[in-house]
Formats: sequence, structure tokens, C-alpha cells
Amino acid sequence: MALLEVNDLKVHFRTDDGIVKAVDGVSYTVESGQALGIVGESGSGKSVSSLTVMGLTRFAGNAIIEGSIVFDGKDLLAASDEDMRTLRGNDIAMIFQDPLSSLHPFYKIGDQLVEAIQAHRDVSKAQALDRSVEMLGLVGIPEPRRRIDSYPHEFSGGMRQRVMIAMALINDPKLLIADEPTTALDVTVQAQILDLIQRLQKELDTAIVMITHDLGVVAEVTDDIGVMYAGRIVEYADKEAIFAAPEHPYTWGLLKSIPRLDSPRGEELVPIPGRPPSLILKPSGCAFHPRCPYVREAHTKIDPQLAPAADVGNGGGHRHEVACLLPGQTRRALWAALRTGQVPDQVLENVDVPETAIDREAVGEVLAPAGTEVADGVVAAEPVATEPAPPAVTDGLSQDAGPDAPRR
Amino acid sequence: MIPFIIRRLLWMVVLLLVISFLTYIIFYTLPAADPAALRAGRQPSPELLASIRQTLGLDDPWYIQYFKYLKRLVLHFDFGYSYQNNISVKQQIFDRLPVSATLAFGAAVVWLLIGIPVGIISAIRRGTWMDRVAMGGALVAISAPVYWLGLVSLYLFSKDLGKFPIFEGQGAYPSTGSIFTNPQEVIPALIMPWFVLAASFAAVYARFLRGNLLEVMSEDYIRTARSKGLRERRVVFKHGVRSAITPIVTILGLDLGILLTQAILTETVFNIPGIGRLAFDAIQKSDLPTVQGTVLVGAFAIIFLNLLVDIVYAFLDPRVRY
Repeated sequence: MALLEVNDLKVHFRTDDGIVKAVDGVSYTVESGQALGIVGESGSGKSVSSLTVMGLTRFAGNAIIEGSIVFDGKDLLAASDEDMRTLRGNDIAMIFQDPLSSLHPFYKIGDQLVEAIQAHRDVSKAQALDRSVEMLGLVGIPEPRRRIDSYPHEFSGGMRQRVMIAMALINDPKLLIADEPTTALDVTVQAQILDLIQRLQKELDTAIVMITHDLGVVAEVTDDIGVMYAGRIVEYADKEAIFAAPEHPYTWGLLKSIPRLDSPRGEELVPIPGRPPSLILKPSGCAFHPRCPYVREAHTKIDPQLAPAADVGNGGGHRHEVACLLPGQTRRALWAALRTGQVPDQVLENVDVPETAIDREAVGEVLAPAGTEVADGVVAAEPVATEPAPPAVTDGLSQDAGPDAPRR
Repeated sequence: MIPFIIRRLLWMVVLLLVISFLTYIIFYTLPAADPAALRAGRQPSPELLASIRQTLGLDDPWYIQYFKYLKRLVLHFDFGYSYQNNISVKQQIFDRLPVSATLAFGAAVVWLLIGIPVGIISAIRRGTWMDRVAMGGALVAISAPVYWLGLVSLYLFSKDLGKFPIFEGQGAYPSTGSIFTNPQEVIPALIMPWFVLAASFAAVYARFLRGNLLEVMSEDYIRTARSKGLRERRVVFKHGVRSAITPIVTILGLDLGILLTQAILTETVFNIPGIGRLAFDAIQKSDLPTVQGTVLVGAFAIIFLNLLVDIVYAFLDPRVRY
């Protein structure tokens, strides 16, 4: 059984301007000792979904939470506040983006660590202090016995984040949620912190959910990656597939906007045009369509569901799902062109994006509107999740999605 | 820390000099009654006026007077003699300072005991009927003028309901002794003034603390405290209130400094012989030495309490270093 199972999670906030759909149907699972990366821009709902796992969105007062979160066999959405409290910091722990503002400025870090232990264990202060010193040593703080009496502002940014990690892991949690743990740090320190998280994950066998907007960070630490956009996961795959054979135009955008050592010299970075959508008035159809270079008429009407992508030569057995209405072979042809260093405008000249054809799998239970040709001409009526991908429908190119895919 | 305190004390001397100088200038620039005429009584002879002027040193130009005043003050800690009362200003002030201090500090205790719990409850029960009632009440308490509140409470509790004694007649207070020597008479007599004076301050502090606490509760370190699995009570009090209440020290220091010499309305309504009324009477009677004395004591109280606040802050907030 999976350690954490999030199923169709929806977190909406009632505000004066309307209902903010911060998380709008997210599902993922984390096995014991596994590392999952959740990637997306600010406002994609990646933090809110994790705060909800921690039970912290309960404090907001205006949150409407639906779906299910099962942790270690326990339904977290139905759990009482007191049950959630005993779980927080004990079984599930979290570290945050800015370690300076995340530590209380008035208390010595020793006191803040001791407090974290004593919230869950009935131990003396001396025992708790010993444990704190041990943890500070483990996360690489020099002279922990002395530093325990320091205040947060007396540490550097990287050291503060080490303190936060020590505090999160001090009760030996089964799951660590890291919310942008390196974003507020110097680049030189980022790698150290990532190494530390990775090392501790192996040593302590903690499962990790790593939330970030930085694909480089997840590449280093995680096994699987979920790409979030506008409150949904739009692509989910293992790390290799995300980097080698991404299928969603948003993932392409993310990949093309970061520098890569293996891309051709002099290749320009391509930013994703536009800005993240309003979570109150989401775009109709595919939420990404206003920013997608490959948008077609039908994409503005049909809301694509996460559906298995026909996976390309990675041994099988891995989950690779994508929520995109472009036919599978078109997607692979587009990525093949993109990875040679072409910008979306050039790609569009070279790859034919069919006007009406859409991926049957992504339509899900929704019936295609009249006049839309669904890939093989059959209107899809079955729910997507229950049915494996019939190879004949979505991929005509299966093995040929590499760099040498035909250009038309 | 020590150099900081010394520097601040030196600045205090400079400030007090400037303030005393300004008081002199204002007194001689603005039209005021002739102190000699006020002292001489009805239809005085010119000789009497001249002799009074000479005795009080009013014949000298103002800057000579100021210089003489400063010399006495610095060399002998002597504030001079009242123009009107034939009594040394120092004695007047030291007679009345304990009274004003008892009023101000007692009121501060009252407003902290009311304002802090109300502010905290309003913040953590934000938007509930408790919050609305508390903040509505606070608005009323802030809006009600202290003399009106004083008179209404006198009318209700002293006259009609007859529960609280009041000081009778001018100068009755000193005979009853201080709060330490005669608490059974002084405390009942001060209960109403304390509450009346504290009302608007309690309201301001409650609103201030509520706003602060609401802001603090959305800080990242509160989220951390919760994610550690601390009990909500501990999150609110140890992590939230601890931060939100610290700035209260600053305004408390200022308010106490001001009230020590300027609780004029409360002192007048309840017939309390404090510094505020002394200053007010002195201004009306053009009694410059008394005005100057009360101004200097008031300024000293504010500056000194400010310094005290800054020192206390270094202990409350480990990030503050001097």
C-alpha cells in the first residue's frame, strides 16, 4: 500500500472576488522511501495541495476541501484536528521556502527544536536537547552543542535551512514535504541543501514530496515528477521520461526555458508567453490554451483529462500520463522538432498540427462536440483512468518519437 | 549597551535645555497676563507692582532671567519659586508627582488587563460576535471624551449608586496619604479615575494588539509552529502573542510618559491634585517657574521612559543590539 495516496483532491478558497480553485482535482501517490517532485509556476496549486496534506489549510477558515488524502491507511481529510496535530511534525513534516521567516526570531534554535520533540514525545528537556544536538550534527551544522544557543538571525541562509531540515526530521517522519527548499538560497548553497536532503532520504528512508518551480532541483532529487498547471497535474512521469520524452506543451515550455548542457550551443531560451491564469475564472477547455503555441479551436472547449501517454521505450511499467488534446503522434513530432533547438514558431512551420483531430484518451467522459474528429473517428465514451491505452489509437509513431521523427 | 545609554542620556540633557529655552521664548512671546499684576491683587499701587517685579526678578531682560534660572537649576537643582504660591516649585512638583504617578500607573495596569485579553480574543475569534462586540465597544471607548466619561461615571457611581467615594474639595488628597501609606482610602477613591482614564487606552491597545496578532498569525513561523504539531494554544500564545505584544512596550512607554504630567482632564474631573492640574493652573496664572518646572518634568518623563523602552526592547527582541 502506498504511503500517501492523494485522490482527486480539490482545494477551493471562498474569497470576496469569487471561488479560487487553487487545487482542482489532483491525484498522486507516494510510496515509502520514494521521492516525488511537483513542478509548476507560482499559483499552480503545488504548495496548497501539500499544505492540505499537512492539514494546514484547515486554519484558513475559507477553504473547501474535497477528494481524499490517505496517509498510511488513514483518511486525513476526515481526521480530527487533534489527530492531524499529532500527525504533523511526527509522521509528516514540512520545510519551507524562506528559512529566515520560517523560524521564530525571538527563540533560540535549541528551544525551537526541543519544542518540536516535546510536542510529540514525553521526554525531558535535557534528552530533547541531546537529540537536537544530534540532529544539528547530522544536517552538517558545525559545533552543534554551542550553536544550539544561537538565534536564527545569527545563522547564514543555508545554515538556517539546515536547521529547518533538522527540525523537520527530528521526530523521524515517514514523509517530508519540501516546499521550494532552495528557492531563497544562494545558488552555491542550493546544491549543498539538495545533497543533504538526498543523503538524509537515503539514510533515514524518508519519503519526499519536493515542490519546486525549478526542474533542475527535481532532476537531482526525485524519482517521479508531476507537472502542475492551474491546480491540476497536466503531466506525470518518471524523471527520465519527463526530460527525454515530455508530452505536454507546458512541460516543453518549462524545459525550453532552462539552460541545458546537452542542448546545441547558442540555443536561445524560450520563455513561456503570457502569465499564469486566474484561478477564479479559469480559461475554458484546456486551462493552458491561452498560452499554448499549438492551440486549436477544439482545445478551447474540451477540458482534457489525464490519460496514459503511449510510452516510448523506457522499459514499460512506468506511469506516464498527460492531459493534452493534441494527438499523441503530433505531440511527439512537435517535441522532436523542439529538442533540435527550434522555437515554437519554426516548429509550427515544420510540423503539421491537425485542425480538428484531438487525442481520444484526453477527452475522457466528455463527449466530443459535433464536428470534432476524434483521432480514429470514434467518439470516446469510456472513463479514461480505467482503460489502458490501446496502442493503435494514440500512437502511430511509437518508437519514432526521437530526434529523427519525420518532419513534414 | 553602556555607551548607548550614556549617549542617550547626553542627548537627553541637550533636549531638556532646548525645551526649557523654548518654554521661555513662548512665554515671553505670546501675550500673557502680567504675573506681578496677578499677584498684587485688585487695584495695586504702582510701587507695589514695582516691588513685586523686583522681588520676582521680572525687571531683568528675559535672557538674563533664563540664564539665572538655568544657573540655579544646574548648580542647585532648584526650579525657583512659584510667582503665585510662595512655595518652591520643586516642592510643589514632588508633592504632586506621586499622585499623578499613582493615577497613571494604576490606569496602565487597568488598561493592560482589559486591552490585552480583549485584543487576543478578538484576533483569534476574528469575525465572530465576540470580536464584533469587542471592537464596537472599543470604538465607543475611543470616541467618548474622557471628561464626559468621567462626569457620567461620577453621576452614576458616585451620586446615584453611591458606591465610590470621591475626593472632597481642593487639596483634600494630600491629607489622605499615598497609595502605600493609606491604601484603604486612596484605592477606592482612585478606582473610578483609573477606569475612566484607562477606557480609551484599553480600546486603543486592544485594537492595536488585534491587528498585530492577525498579522503575526499569517507569518511563516506560525505555519512552521503548526507544522511541528504544536497545540494551537501554544502556537497562539508562545509564538503569536509573543511577537504581537512586543510593540506594545513602545507605546506603553510613551503613553505613561505623557500621562505622568498630562492627565489634566481626569485630574480635573475627579479633583485629583496631580501635575497636570498644577501645570494648567500655572498657565492660567502666568506662573512661569511652575510652568517651566512641569514642562521639564514632563519632558524628562517622556524621554526617560523612551530610553527605558529601548533598553527593555534589547531584552525582548534578540535581534536588537546597541
